[in-house]
Amino acid sequence: MTASSDSHSPAQRGWYKRNEIAITPWLFLAPGVIFFFIYVVAPIWQSFGLSLYDWNGLGDVQTNGEYVGLENYNKLFGLNGERADRNFGISLSNNFKWLALYLLAIPGGLFIALFLNQTVPGIRLYKSLFFFPFVISQVVVGLVFSWFYLPNVGLLNVIIGWFGMESTNILGDRTWATYGIIAAGLWPQTAYCMILYLTGLNAVDPEQVEAARLDGAKGWKMLWYVIIPQLKPATFIAFVVTVIGALRSFDLVSIMTGGGPFGSTRVLSYYVFEKSLSERGLQYGYAAAIAVVLFLIMLVFISYFLWAMYQDEKGAR
Amino acid sequence: MHSILKTSLAAFIAAGISASAASAAGHTLSGDLVIFSDMSNPAPRAVMEGMVERFGDLHPDLNIELTVIDREAYKTQIRNFLTANSPDVANWYAANRMLPYVEAGLFEDVSDIWDGQMSEELASTKGALTIDGKQYGVPYTYYQWGVYYRKDIFDQYGLTEPATWAEELANCQTLLDNGVKCYTIGTKFLWTAGGWFDYLNMRTNGYDFHARLTNGQESWTSDEVRATFANWQQLIDMGAFIDDHQTYSWQEALPFMANGEAAAYLMGNFAVAPLREAGLDDSKLDFYQFVEITPGIPRGEDAPTDTFHIPANASNKDNAREFLKFVVSAENQTLINNGENLGQLPVNANSSVDDDKFLQQGFDMLSNKAPGGIAQFFDRDAPAEMAAVAMEGFQEFMVFPDALDDILERLENAREDIY
Repeated sequence: MTASSDSHSPAQRGWYKRNEIAITPWLFLAPGVIFFFIYVVAPIWQSFGLSLYDWNGLGDVQTNGEYVGLENYNKLFGLNGERADRNFGISLSNNFKWLALYLLAIPGGLFIALFLNQTVPGIRLYKSLFFFPFVISQVVVGLVFSWFYLPNVGLLNVIIGWFGMESTNILGDRTWATYGIIAAGLWPQTAYCMILYLTGLNAVDPEQVEAARLDGAKGWKMLWYVIIPQLKPATFIAFVVTVIGALRSFDLVSIMTGGGPFGSTRVLSYYVFEKSLSERGLQYGYAAAIAVVLFLIMLVFISYFLWAMYQDEKGAR
Repeated sequence: MHSILKTSLAAFIAAGISASAASAAGHTLSGDLVIFSDMSNPAPRAVMEGMVERFGDLHPDLNIELTVIDREAYKTQIRNFLTANSPDVANWYAANRMLPYVEAGLFEDVSDIWDGQMSEELASTKGALTIDGKQYGVPYTYYQWGVYYRKDIFDQYGLTEPATWAEELANCQTLLDNGVKCYTIGTKFLWTAGGWFDYLNMRTNGYDFHARLTNGQESWTSDEVRATFANWQQLIDMGAFIDDHQTYSWQEALPFMANGEAAAYLMGNFAVAPLREAGLDDSKLDFYQFVEITPGIPRGEDAPTDTFHIPANASNKDNAREFLKFVVSAENQTLINNGENLGQLPVNANSSVDDDKFLQQGFDMLSNKAPGGIAQFFDRDAPAEMAAVAMEGFQEFMVFPDALDDILERLENAREDIY
């Protein structure tokens, strides 16, 4: 090796110089990779490890915790003679409700973007107003919506009162509470999708639109066959952020109902918090097991996203 | 490895300080004292700062560092700071709320402070701070629970303070007939429903049964527990509680009483201050002890105790012990609990109670009218996990009383898993 490199290079070069092409990308990646491993990958493995213990989060897991194998998972799913955790079942089904309904933000955002994508005086102001809910904190969104839903005095009940309907208590009703929170979540999420589509619409090729128009396309056909295919990158990103947003939903649940009434609005991320960090938590091992389940659900989507992006890259090459 | 190094270092420092303290003449302390407190509301904060100032005046050479942390945030932060970077003194709560920390070896055994005279002066709360025969903290305040009611509304409809369950129900029916709800409550954060359960169960089955139940020694599907819920259901079926209470916090339930839409509130004495601020003076607001249900059962009362502890990893334990002794002294307890400060009850038997109407009634009730025993509160007497499951069940019961069988079965399953 040394001999051959000697014969090929006219002057003696350092090790780094010889391997520069291979090394440099890794050097640039290093800070990100190191922190990714410390703060993302390692905690994931730690969660897996913790989920095998019965530990209350106090002191050291090895001394104060007890190794119980897959017992926490048995409790979650009701395997091996354990009773299935009803709250876990509720959280899981709520997560799927979130996932399905949160996706409404994508068509919602698209139509608002199409509506705002025109040149009239003051359009920037209107765009900002529509984007506003995404800028304010989720906590504020949650508070505003819980006032909106307040029984008797909330704006919603005042409005339905005009139509002679009886006062409802959306956040106090176990059937409707989750939908009430999702509706609150859709408000900022639609704004987010809208901004993604607005930038996407800037990139739509006017020549293609012109050509389609000459061919007689207009209205829905124009939208479906000409505009939306060109918005595919924006749709993909909107899908990614919405799915992740739905699975991470936590702040709104925490602010608006705190998992109630009667535990009917829990989602997995909130349940993890309840079992570990909350006032009456103290079940770190169990919470870690829930976190692992949530991670596995996310992993399905993340794998799909990575695969889709990889395919895209391959196609572009 | 790291922690071993740290503790040994801490032990070394502590040894050094105790040596220097011993060499110093008299009782003046020197060195450092780090205090973490959850007394973040305006009045308690002023009390805490006042205590530090007065303790500092006694020991001018002592460098006291006080950190006040938001009361809710404190509940989650405590596990972190007890493990790493411990303060020398920390606030917490008595009974089962301190059990996990004691079991994990994070609170220092302070039985030496309780030796002798102190045990007599603080006898009323000794049990709540004792685990396996040792004491792990000292109390600084406690407060009564009971029914706070609108005296003017009672007068308007010719009602008097009830003493028995039948009178309570009759009063309630009169109020309902006149379009006033009997009780306001906000169960969004669950624990308020725990207060109702505490009282109904202590009155129906007695303090001892209640204590065994929260200790996991009695079944949730027993006839006794069912009797408690049957009494509760009488009120629910009458429509005694305000509607939609599952949406409100305890503070959000206060206006119903202030507006006269509801006549009474089963609450701790801390509800008096906001009710007074809402315009209810002493002519409109009054207090009575929760009524008798099963005749002849000695009455037990809820009186949650707030406490100071020394973390096991503290570096200046001798100074911390002195501070704890200072906190429990009769003189200090009289001062910090008076109407201008905490407005609660002092624990030390030699201290005097402020002449505020509610404090006087509460003190009399806890000293003379609670022969059954003093409970802390549902979520301090029962283990955390059991309290969480049970209080959620209570909330559900208050809205869907028909689900009782399902709820009790759930609680019984939880009991089997937890204890």
